Amino acid sequence: MNPGKILLVEDNPDDVALTLRALKSHNITNDVVVAKDGVQALDYLFGAKGSPAAAELPAVVLLDLKLPKINGMEVLQRIRADERTRLLPVVILTSSDEERDVIDGYKLGANSYVRKPVDFVEFTEAARQLGLYWLLMNRAPPAPRSG
Amino acid sequence: MSLRDWPIKKKLTALFMLISSLVLLLTAAAFVTYEVLVIRQRTLTNLSTLGRVIAANSTASLAFANEADAREILSALRAEPHVVAAGLYDKNGRLFSRYPANLPGDALPAVLERDGYRFESGYVIGLEPVAEPGNPRLGTLYLKSDMEAVSRTLRLSAAIGAGVMAISLLAAYLLAAVLQGRISQPILALSAAAAAVATRQDYSVRAQKLGDDELGVLTDAFNQMLGRIEEQDRELRRYATELEQRVADRTHELEERHEALRRNAAELLAANTELDAFAYSVSHDLRAPLRSIDGFSQVLLEDYGPRLDESGRESLQRVRAASQRMAILIDDLLKLARVTRSEMRTEPVDLSKIARDIATELHRSTPERQVEFAIAPGLEARGDARLLRVALENLLRNSWKYTAKQPQPRVEFGSVQGNGERVFMVRDNGAGFDMQYADKLFGVFQRLHSADEFEGTGVGLATVRRIITRHGGRIWAEGAVDRGATFYFTL
Repeated sequence: MNPGKILLVEDNPDDVALTLRALKSHNITNDVVVAKDGVQALDYLFGAKGSPAAAELPAVVLLDLKLPKINGMEVLQRIRADERTRLLPVVILTSSDEERDVIDGYKLGANSYVRKPVDFVEFTEAARQLGLYWLLMNRAPPAPRSG
Repeated sequence: MSLRDWPIKKKLTALFMLISSLVLLLTAAAFVTYEVLVIRQRTLTNLSTLGRVIAANSTASLAFANEADAREILSALRAEPHVVAAGLYDKNGRLFSRYPANLPGDALPAVLERDGYRFESGYVIGLEPVAEPGNPRLGTLYLKSDMEAVSRTLRLSAAIGAGVMAISLLAAYLLAAVLQGRISQPILALSAAAAAVATRQDYSVRAQKLGDDELGVLTDAFNQMLGRIEEQDRELRRYATELEQRVADRTHELEERHEALRRNAAELLAANTELDAFAYSVSHDLRAPLRSIDGFSQVLLEDYGPRLDESGRESLQRVRAASQRMAILIDDLLKLARVTRSEMRTEPVDLSKIARDIATELHRSTPERQVEFAIAPGLEARGDARLLRVALENLLRNSWKYTAKQPQPRVEFGSVQGNGERVFMVRDNGAGFDMQYADKLFGVFQRLHSADEFEGTGVGLATVRRIITRHGGRIWAEGAVDRGATFYFTL
């Protein structure tokens, strides 16, 4: 099995560090690509001036909502609008469980919505379960033919 | 124009004239009748006097049958032109002599009637006995006189009467024309005033008073009435103006209030929007640093725990506990804010069922606790199901929490009637509270127990009150320390 990459879209370096630590502590060794804002996430997926789109799509996108420049919802919208990334598993991983965020997230086609627990032990457990589920248990959609 | 439509002046004049004419006519008739009667009587008297004189003169001529003498005597009648015929008859009723001499024989009666003077078919007839006093009767004198004198007198009287009447009527007309004004003028004045009132609604006009008679009284009464009406009219106008002013004032006031309300609503909306943005920001941003604090404390514990002494590790644990408590606090505050921000959907809600569900959930979450729930069946209300669930959950969870130290914990949900409305209640036999602090129960962050005794953020009951208030209800509590608490609410 080809270990897919994880695209972590997160602007808070603390959260990035904690997430990476949580994943690592559960032996989830997949590559984690970190995008610090919406623009970087979109550039990675679709390419930008001077840098082509990633040849291979990540196995899952862990998407924060409050992001600089382009926020998470818009990133999700763009992912779902593009034929190549339409089926890409996206998990919203954010601080808030505001009802409208949850509803908007699912409306825009998020596959899952997870609120980051404050308790780091719980956070680690959540990361473990996410990795386990999306990287191992979940049958990913077939990779689109590159063209 | 019918008589009753005549103007009053004309009516009065006509009335005067009618009465005057009638009176004059009657007077004239009486006068003429009297004249006629007097003249007839005088005619009879004159003729009988003449008859007696002629008869006295004729005794000799009859006694001696002297026809020429008789003729002579009768011819003296020429001086009385109204005597048209005369005849002297002897004692046997034979015509002895006639006047005028050429009178045809059949012009005198052949047979004489009884003596005396009378009117007969337009003439006066007289039969006078001819006799010497104390001697037997010698004959009879017949006289026939026309009524020319009577007619003449009658004509004269009639002429005089007509003249007097004409002059009198003229005088009466002139007098009437002048005097009717005395009566008609006040009436006309009244009429003009009434017309002015009727057509112009001018209540300030007054009828001119022209005397103290009944019309004067009527005029006074009319003027008084007008005065009263004018006063009332003025008052009415004043009221109307006042009313208009009041309506205008009230309208203005309402407009101002409406404006204030609109401003308030706009402010509220702005505040709500701000609160929304604030809550959203808190939800996202305030938790992140806490996660870092807790996370890196845990990292420290995991990576450097062995190098720290017990006190250092405990400190880190305290940092973690504090950050987690703060996270709960933030969550509770967000829930409270959500209660205020969320839209209300009113529908029938089965409170009993919600209470049972919550009880089941509580038992499942803490299976080691044995709490007796007494939930009255069929308690229904209209409200927002989600919010009411939050309220009941807070109340029941409270009871659950505060009965923790009770050997036989019991929580009751039911309703009582109070002041004609249904009052719901949640009662427990737990720690209770001092009634002295009853008003502090529902304040945000207000707690009557320390965190050591019972955990809590002091937001739950504030949330409950917010929900009940949003439903237009009230909430209050009764209790005593260690004797349980009862929360009452209406919806």
